[in-house]
Formats: sequence, structure tokens, C-alpha cells
Amino acid sequence: MELAAILAVPALASGLSLSPLGRRFAALITLVAAAIVLGLAASVAIGVMRSGRLDALDQWLTCDALGALILLLVAFVGFTAAIFSWGYIGGRAEQQAKIQRYYCLYNLFLLSMLAVPLLANVALMWIAVELTTLLSAFLVGFEDTAEALEAAWKYVVLTTLGAVLALLGFLILYWGSRVAGLEPFTWVGLAEAAPHMPPALLWPAFLLILVGFGTKVGLVPMHTWLPDAHSQAPASICALLSGVETTTALYVILRLFPVVGSAPGLDARPWFIGFGLVSVGIATLLLIYVRDFKRMFAFSTVEHMGIILVAAGLGGAEAHIGAAYQITGHAIAKSFCFFAAGMTVMAAGTQEIAAVRGLIRSSPLSALALVAGGFAIAGAPPFAIFVSELVILKAGLTSGQYLAIALLAFFVVVAFCAVMFHVNRMAFGVPERDTPVKAAPLSCKVALALAAIPLIAIGLYVPGPLQELLNAAASAMGG
Amino acid sequence: MTSASFPVISALDALTGALFLLTALGVVATRQVLASLQLFILQSLLLALSAVLLGIGLGSPHLLAVAAITIATKTLMIPWLLRHTVSAEVYRTREIERVLNIPSSLLISAVLIMVAYAVANPLLNAVDVPFAHVNLPLGIAAMFLGAFTIAVRREAVPQLLGLLAVENGVFFAGIAIVPNLPVIAELAAAVDVPVITLVIGLLTRQIHRRLGTTSVGRLAALREE
Repeated sequence: MELAAILAVPALASGLSLSPLGRRFAALITLVAAAIVLGLAASVAIGVMRSGRLDALDQWLTCDALGALILLLVAFVGFTAAIFSWGYIGGRAEQQAKIQRYYCLYNLFLLSMLAVPLLANVALMWIAVELTTLLSAFLVGFEDTAEALEAAWKYVVLTTLGAVLALLGFLILYWGSRVAGLEPFTWVGLAEAAPHMPPALLWPAFLLILVGFGTKVGLVPMHTWLPDAHSQAPASICALLSGVETTTALYVILRLFPVVGSAPGLDARPWFIGFGLVSVGIATLLLIYVRDFKRMFAFSTVEHMGIILVAAGLGGAEAHIGAAYQITGHAIAKSFCFFAAGMTVMAAGTQEIAAVRGLIRSSPLSALALVAGGFAIAGAPPFAIFVSELVILKAGLTSGQYLAIALLAFFVVVAFCAVMFHVNRMAFGVPERDTPVKAAPLSCKVALALAAIPLIAIGLYVPGPLQELLNAAASAMGG
Repeated sequence: MTSASFPVISALDALTGALFLLTALGVVATRQVLASLQLFILQSLLLALSAVLLGIGLGSPHLLAVAAITIATKTLMIPWLLRHTVSAEVYRTREIERVLNIPSSLLISAVLIMVAYAVANPLLNAVDVPFAHVNLPLGIAAMFLGAFTIAVRREAVPQLLGLLAVENGVFFAGIAIVPNLPVIAELAAAVDVPVITLVIGLLTRQIHRRLGTTSVGRLAALREE
């Protein structure tokens, strides 16, 4: 029941956003819908913990632990970003119709991301992933500047191209499961069919989906659109794009991992580790030279996606728990960072790192949030990403994959220094001129505070039920 | 269907496939925006024709539905959507400057077609499906050419048509390898293509209004540091 409601609520809210009651109503209804979705997602997660899997609508919708984790994260960021939108979007656009359109698309975008982990049929899930791009294109181009439109264009064309490549992969998978004599085109059905599929079909299907959806995840070298889109979209949308949209595409690739793993003679692990390390390495290099702080957070997303992919590729329960933990930490920390970046843009009026100095004086809250967010994404204690990276490195050492671990550790340390260097200069540097102090809207502060709670909490202590969910999600990745 | 008509259908499908590939080459090589659109419509008709031939050959009513959906969305709806979102001025555009000149583009296209055959071969050796030896390599080749079109053409509409040509290529291969794809997936795909066109069409209009050009390949405000 909850599964269907999770999809129905944002659908309803998107329609109501366009009602003649105006922009405040649209913002309010979006906020209410996002709160309901978060509540439902939590109840789904509890239900999944109890019974292992939930089904609804004649098994068209389904949810296991990995799906529930993604669902919960999308719902959480969807909620905080809806609060952040209230003050941020209101301050950046004048026209009533434009703001209502924003909220309409916001709800639809959220709907498409929620649908990815819930749809049982893999073909329909592909459509949902494709729609996450198409529905967010105008949100990326919301600012209507030359840069924003260029970013939106690259975003749509490249990620759609990737999705169409992945489509051929899914068609070949379907072909393979028919050759294997198993009909239902679901993840469960695919896992059963995989050992009987001809490897000559399964392998190209895997590569097409890895490269196709890898484009959407932002894996190097298909990442070129990502820093553009994630730096030009409004901060509230960046939080969704970077925090969870990349993860929903990665979720599909992670689902494929045990499917390929169960086929005789195929080993996806070197590809995961290879793509992951290249992404982490290139992102680290770009983090050193970056000049725009929103781009900096975007490159950090590429880095994190690479780390998760490496963790999945290392294999073993420990590494997979690390991956699930990193997914969680990334979603929370990255959305927090983009809220902080949005407030910095509001206070300083620029996205250039070099133009922001001594923010601690003109806007102490933004400065504090930037530093805390920087520590959190770079992987400093006591934040979650520190713990997850430690778990991943340790798991890799235990299983004797020293070269991959050495490279990963090196890149992570360099990326840490790069992020902290930039953030430090922005917060504590000496300003060239005095900038007037501007107060941030209350809603932005509330969003930041709400995102800060799990940001600090789960690094220090993972509550029992969440730990169980992470463990179960990890075993869905193939353990 | 009688076994006697099978070779005839096979031959007709091979001919359709050859023409399908020629239209993909055409989209790479034309300069006029309007001509690219007409070539794309022709390509979609050939995709529908191949679906009908395979539908008869394999006795699969699904493929007749694919053909109907293809004609409805790709030859009627997409041109209509583009006419209503993108201004007529854009159609009259002639690309003077390309990323790569036409002879070199065609040379690379020839290499891509050979690569497509090399890619398709191991799959065909593993599983023997009627018609796949025509549709799979040609579909993959059309995919590659569509992606190549996006890389070499700078105008917005030809880039969109390149993207849709990739999708056509996927379906050209798809109708042979999974002739009984669930109807729900076909319908979903039918929704996907118009939405892609609508979003990109509206984005093109916004870029045209804002920047006075639709030469998206020349936009370069955002760069890696």
C-alpha cells in the first residue's frame, strides 16, 4: 500500500503546484508532499526490515533492502531540498508562473527518482531512469542564463545518449533471459536466469549498461556534463542531482553486479575497480585545479561515485557494507554541501572560489556550513564518509587487493587536502573588500539544520535499525 | 506463414536494412537541417517496415504494434512537435561549419559500420535467431552513426535527430532479438521518444530566444579549468 502511495503523493502534488492558488501554495503543497513521502519511505524501510521484501499492485511494485535504502535517501533529500527551495527559489525568480513550473517539475523529478527502486519490471525501471533526466532538464536550465542553458543541453543529450545505449543492454538481457527459458523481466528473475544465460549475451549487456548508465552516474570519461549541470542548477536542485540522482543510476549498476557475478566465467570486479579508480583519480586531479566552488562539490560527487564502485568491485560483505554506508553518507553530506553553497552564493553573489574570502565575517553561518560540509565530504572524522572509507580500505586490505587500496587511499588523501584548502581560503581568508552582511532566508537555515542532524549523528553512531538496513542492502549487492 | 515465403521476407528485410543504414549515413552527411529531418522520417518508416516484415516472418503480432507505434510517434508526432517548438528559421539553417568535413565523416562512418559487425558477431555466434544476422549489426551500426552525428554536427535539431537515430538503431536490433517484448515496454518506449523530443525542442527554443543561435556545438562558456 505504502509503495503505491509514495508514487501517488508527488504525482498529485505536481498537479496541484500549477493550481491558480499561486506560488506560496505550490511551495507549501510540495513541502507537505515531500514530508509525507519521507514518512512513507521510513515506514517502507521498517516493513522491509521486518519481512525482507514488500510487494504491491500485483507485484508491479517491489522493494527490498537496497531499494529501501535508496528510497529513504531520495525521500530525505527531497524533503530538505523542498524546504531549501522555499526561500532560495523565491529569491531568485520573480514570475509566479515560473515558480509554479519549478515546483511542478520538482515533484515529477522526485517521482521519477522514487520510482527507480520501486518498479519491479526492469524495462519500466529503465524508463524511470530516463525520465529523471528529462524531467530535471528544465530545472537545470532554471536560471535561464547562457551557461545554465548550455549545461542543460549537454546534460540532456549526453545522459539520454547513455540511457539509449543502456536500453540496448537491457534488450540483450531480456533476450538472454528468454534463451535461458525464464520469463519475468525483474531483478529477481534476472538473478535466477543469469547462470543459464549465454555469457556472450550477458557480457555485452553488462558493458552497455555500465557505460550507458555510467554516463549518468558521472564515471570518467563520461563525466563531462556533470560539473556543468551540477554547478549551474539552482542549489536545491544540485542537492538532488548530486546527492541522489547519481546514486539512483548507480543503484542500477550495483543491481547488475550480482547478476553478472552468478554467471559462470564472468567477472565484473576488475571493471568496477578500474572505472572506479579512474573516476576517483581524475576527480582528485580536477579538485586541485577547480575555481568554482559548486564545481568543486560536483567533482567530489564523481570521486564518491568512484569510491562506491571500487568498494562494490572489491567484493565481500565488509566492502559492500562500506559501499552502502558511503552511499548514505554521500547523499546526506553532499546535499548539505550544496545547501551551504547556495547560501554562500546568496551571501557573496559569486561561485568563484577566488572571489570569496573571509566569509566567516560577512556570513558566519554559510562559512561554518561550508567548512563542516567540506570536512564531511572530504572524509574527516567524525563524519560518516570517514568511517565508510575506512571500512572500504580495511576490507580491501583484508582481501589482499593492495594496489587498488594504495591508489584509492592516495587519491582520497589528496582530494581531502584539495577540498580543505579551497574551503579554508573561502571561510578564513582575508577579504579584498568588505562585503555587506546578508541574512539568509529562514527556510534555508532550517533545511541546513535538518540536513546537519544525520550528517553529524550517523558518523558518531549508527542506530540499530539503520545498521540492519545497511547490512541487508550490502547483501543485496552480492555479499 | 509458409516456409516458401521465408527467403523472400529475409531478402526484403536485408534490403530494408541496407536502406536503413543509408539514411543513417545521410543524417551524418547532410548540411540542411530540414533534409536531416526528412531523412530521419524515412529511416523511421524503414524501421516500421522491417518490424512488419519480421512480424509476418515470425508470426508475432507484437511487432505489428511496434510498427504502428513507430509510425505514429516518429513520423507524425515528432515532426509535429518539432514544428511547434522550434521556429521555422531553424529549419532553413544550413550548417557551413562542421566539426569535421563530409568526406572524412563518411570515412569514419565506414569504419564504425565495420566495428558494428565485429561487435555483433560474437552475439550471433552464441545464439541463432532468425533475422538477427541482418538487424543486429545494422542496428548497432545505426546506433554508432547516430552517436557520431551528435559529435560532428553543431546545430541543435540535427543533434536531436542523431539521438533519435541511436534509438531507432536500438529498436532495429531489438525487433529481431526480442520480438515478444512485453507490450508495456513498447508503450513506455512510445512515451519516451516524444518526451525526449518535447524537452529538447523546448530547450532549443529557449536557447534560440536567449542566445540568438541554435548552434549548440559552439556553446563553450563552461570549461574545465
